Amino acid sequence: MNIGILLKEGPYNHQAADTAYKFAEAAIKKGHTVDAVFLYNDGVINATNLTDPPQDDRNIAARWSNMAKEHGVEILACIAASKRRGITDDIMIEGGSITGLGTLTDIAIRNDRLLTFGD
Amino acid sequence: MEDNVKKIMHVMRRAPHGSIYTYEGLEMILIMAAYEQDLSIAFIGDGVYALKKNQNTEGISMKGFAKTFMALDGYDVEKLYVDRVSLAERGLTEDDLLVDVELLDSAEIGRRMSEQDVVIHH
Repeated sequence: MNIGILLKEGPYNHQAADTAYKFAEAAIKKGHTVDAVFLYNDGVINATNLTDPPQDDRNIAARWSNMAKEHGVEILACIAASKRRGITDDIMIEGGSITGLGTLTDIAIRNDRLLTFGD
Repeated sequence: MEDNVKKIMHVMRRAPHGSIYTYEGLEMILIMAAYEQDLSIAFIGDGVYALKKNQNTEGISMKGFAKTFMALDGYDVEKLYVDRVSLAERGLTEDDLLVDVELLDSAEIGRRMSEQDVVIHH
């Protein structure tokens, strides 16, 4: 099955970023294709490479970056939501990019499922 | 193209101000409307306040966007569902709303939700 993910919460403050990641990881492991993770609302903060969590904590941004590199999952931050929150190309995680809401619409259309994670 | 038309429901669940969810949700709907999908919006819980007449956001330094819901018609977004109980619980009636909506029971909203290809909550 082809799956798109919409993530609407920032990292650490809310479990959604962890749940979305765990879901994507499990889906890939089961042989499904995770096409893209679209970041919206505070979710765009998942895509900054400026986060520096303590060594003994999970690195949420790095996790997404690795998923993009290893499994070809597109990590896409909404441009309008990013502009509000100071997320730019300059601080984007490797494998991530900024795009528009039209791309989310395409993701919704071309996949079997779009799963939303957020409050 | 027909095969690619998806039923997409947006669910408004929060008061219009106090968080950005409703506003950014509306921005998402306006973009999706350009893609000629089968869009609908369900207003449940505090989400019904988004459509209330006579909102004044001057005192909270926020841009008022209630009137944007009135423009949805022009984008061919005509399926606006409001949960009857949510409205009544807040002391509101259809006359308090800015736009024409379909008042539905929760079970009917749930039924229509189950028919969707995609449900996005805000």
